[in-house]
Amino acid sequence: MDSTHIVSAFDEDLGQIEAQLLEMAGLVEIQIADAAEALAKRDAELGGKVRSKDKRVDELENEIDNLAVNLLALRQPMAEDLRRVVSTLKVSANLERIGDYANNVAKRTTVLAQEQPIGSSANTIKRMCKLTQDMLHDVLQAYMARDLAVAEEVRDRDEEVDQLHNSLFRELLTYMMEDPRNITACMHLLFVAKNVERIGDHITGIAEQVHYMISGKMPSDDRRKGDVTSYISIDSDGETKASVS
Amino acid sequence: MTDLLTKVSPQLQRRHASETRLQWYGRLAIVLSLGFLVIMAATIAWQASGALRQTYVALEVDLSEDNVDPQNLAGASYGKIVKAALRDRFPDVKKRRDKRKLYGLVSPDAGLELARQVAADPAMLGGKPKLWFLASDDIGLLHSGQVDAASDESERRVSDKEIAWFTSLENDGDAAARFNWLFFSNGDSREPELAGIFSALMGSVLSLAVCFVLSFPIGVLAAIYLEEFAPKGRISDLIEININNLAAVPSIVFGLLGLAIFLNTFGLPRSTPLVGGMVLSLMTLPTIIIASRASLRGVPPSIREAALGIGASQVQATFHHVAPLALPGMFTGAIVGMARALGDTAPLLMIGMVAFIVDAPSSILEPATALPVQIFLWADSPERAFMEKASAAIIVLLVFLVVMNLAAIILRKRYERRF
Amino acid sequence: MSAYALARDQSGVSADEAAMTREPYIVARNVNVFYGDKQALHNIELDIEANQVTSLIGPSGCGKTTFLHCLNRMNDLIDICRVEGDIRIDGQDIYDPAVDVVSLRAHVGMVFQKPNPFPKPIFENVAYGPRIHGLTRSKSELADLVELSLKRAGLWDEVSDRLDQPGTGLSGGQQQRLCIARAIAVQPKIILMDEPCSALDPIATARIEELMDELRNNFTIIIVTHSMQQAARVSQRTAFFHMGELVESGVTQQIFTAPEDERTQNYITGRIG
Repeated sequence: MDSTHIVSAFDEDLGQIEAQLLEMAGLVEIQIADAAEALAKRDAELGGKVRSKDKRVDELENEIDNLAVNLLALRQPMAEDLRRVVSTLKVSANLERIGDYANNVAKRTTVLAQEQPIGSSANTIKRMCKLTQDMLHDVLQAYMARDLAVAEEVRDRDEEVDQLHNSLFRELLTYMMEDPRNITACMHLLFVAKNVERIGDHITGIAEQVHYMISGKMPSDDRRKGDVTSYISIDSDGETKASVS
Repeated sequence: MTDLLTKVSPQLQRRHASETRLQWYGRLAIVLSLGFLVIMAATIAWQASGALRQTYVALEVDLSEDNVDPQNLAGASYGKIVKAALRDRFPDVKKRRDKRKLYGLVSPDAGLELARQVAADPAMLGGKPKLWFLASDDIGLLHSGQVDAASDESERRVSDKEIAWFTSLENDGDAAARFNWLFFSNGDSREPELAGIFSALMGSVLSLAVCFVLSFPIGVLAAIYLEEFAPKGRISDLIEININNLAAVPSIVFGLLGLAIFLNTFGLPRSTPLVGGMVLSLMTLPTIIIASRASLRGVPPSIREAALGIGASQVQATFHHVAPLALPGMFTGAIVGMARALGDTAPLLMIGMVAFIVDAPSSILEPATALPVQIFLWADSPERAFMEKASAAIIVLLVFLVVMNLAAIILRKRYERRF
Repeated sequence: MSAYALARDQSGVSADEAAMTREPYIVARNVNVFYGDKQALHNIELDIEANQVTSLIGPSGCGKTTFLHCLNRMNDLIDICRVEGDIRIDGQDIYDPAVDVVSLRAHVGMVFQKPNPFPKPIFENVAYGPRIHGLTRSKSELADLVELSLKRAGLWDEVSDRLDQPGTGLSGGQQQRLCIARAIAVQPKIILMDEPCSALDPIATARIEELMDELRNNFTIIIVTHSMQQAARVSQRTAFFHMGELVESGVTQQIFTAPEDERTQNYITGRIG
């Protein structure tokens, strides 16, 4: 909307809540980047930095909650304003979860730094993180520019993250079957991969909120559920298969 | 803040000074106007005081059988009895001219007075009671001190002899002043001491009654029509302007109208309260219409809307809701109009209510006079005593006007609604 | 049975949904209204459903009150006002010369912005309408109708012991409820309300809003309001007027969460431009 409210304080309030959200998103983006970097470089110290940022992210979520509740009580927003406030609330919850997942990834760097690297898993994870980082950046752009098309497109990109997650899952299963000494590293890596996959899902959630905010409706089609890891098992030949038709 | 309190700018002083000056101008204006009012009231009251007091003299009358036959009370010559009483009282009076003057001490109606008193109290017959008789107007003036005894005899109405007789009566306690009730119960008369306002009052009352009966319904209904029902446009604007102008037309014009149309064209009896009332109603109608319209306009449109909103027709909304609320204002306007009509002389003169009417009219078709006309006639006549009567009649008129205006104010205060 | 299933069961098809399938009760087409040379309404086309509350919103001077007054022909009272177009109530063209305005206004009642009870006893206020329309045959019937109307307006308990006292002696909220009782005593099908709560305090306003919700079971209610929150609270359908045009109309919930027209959006969010 390029028109302004007659009561300018309303615009200021909305601006404030948006600024907080953008600060939060920026922090979370850095968290993902740093977590991926820490993992790749096996840098436990960098992992610690990620954890410290998480505190600020939680603080911001509380502030946004309070601001939103005040806005609802005091300004009685309607239509687009109402959708904006409600979606901002949900987006901040999503961002906070993403921050937690990034934090979780960072935590595991300490252990993984001590173990042997497992194949190309680190690279795969790095790729996944890069994908999600870009997704997050783009979805925030869509939020600011009220761009429906970009939000839709971001939603579709999650499929790639899911595919990477699926293949990593299979790979790690095979490594674990080969050598029990790999199990520690593989377990942690599995969790890391899962976390990044969940980050992707949450970003998809943000994209759906942006869609609702702009158009007034949730996206009509269902999410593409690319994650099939729930169905993967090892058959008698030692081959992984997914028992989903 | 102390700056504000302590600083006395010259502008502020000037402002205060001009306010104080204005207040003094206002007070001066009020004092001056009240002063004129007081002077006028005092003058009239002073002049009227004489009229409200009447002098009576006491005489011993011989009501023996020779003079009054108990079987035939009406047949006695009471005038002669009175004259005899005077002669008995002043036996020294011998000359004819002097005797005439002596008889002139009492009012010419004394005989009638005696007859009335005897008829009222037949027990007096056969004796020699001392009765009170109305003194003549000149003696009345003398008694109230309006005759200068020191002046030359030719310059007074009362001769020295009369003064002497009267003084003698006074010394014997046979002269007294009483309140002049006759003023209110008698009609007009050639003799000032007998003149009263009763017939004029009745004439006024009947005229006003006719005026009210004609002007109030017509005025109120006309106002309701013009305000509520008439289509707004050039014609209704024209009517409104004309009605406003009519209210300012000199009343004598209405008198001329009455003369030309009511008397000449319609041939109605002249000098009657009917015609007087009709002319007065022509005069009062514009006032009532204007006051009623203003009163109707004062009813807020929300009442009208509410009534129309639940499906009342225009007529129902007007007569059930709007008009009742406007009624106090309409009555106020009517009373003010009546007050004006009460005091207006000119139109009545034109239609002939200027005759010398003694008896009060008993219907609206009998010739009558009106109070303001009576005042005019009395003020016009040469006798001094009539001037007093005129002043007294003015007071009566003013009292009526004040009462009517007070009634209008009280009515307005009690029933006016603040919306 | 689970709470969820119970809830589903009882709502079934809501009355509002059922209303959508019926013929609209009031139909306005090509309505143009002129005050002298100035045009106040341009080509209004609006359907109003029976037994619902429809709210008309819009900035000052947008024509919503003018439109409301077209529905009971109160505009006839203004000499320079000219109404063109087709307004039908229950299929009948109300501007047909054969229609008696007085009986139309009994059919379509009105409640005004500032409470305007007659300066008469409370009983008289409510009884006047039925009396002039001859709705009752005996004094006891009239008294019953007055009692019913006052009960329906939620005022009976407060005034039943002082029906002979003037209506103007009540509080603002009570006066407005008295005006509502007066309007419904005439047994109209439609009640028009012109900003009925704008002169009342929040508690009185809330009472009247609750009343509107009860009344809509028996009447069709159209309300003009400046408060969007009130329109959102009380109405099932909302129509937005702007500069003499009907910009958008639809289900209230839709208008206030996701309006289609940008002008509507600007108005309800309090924006300029």
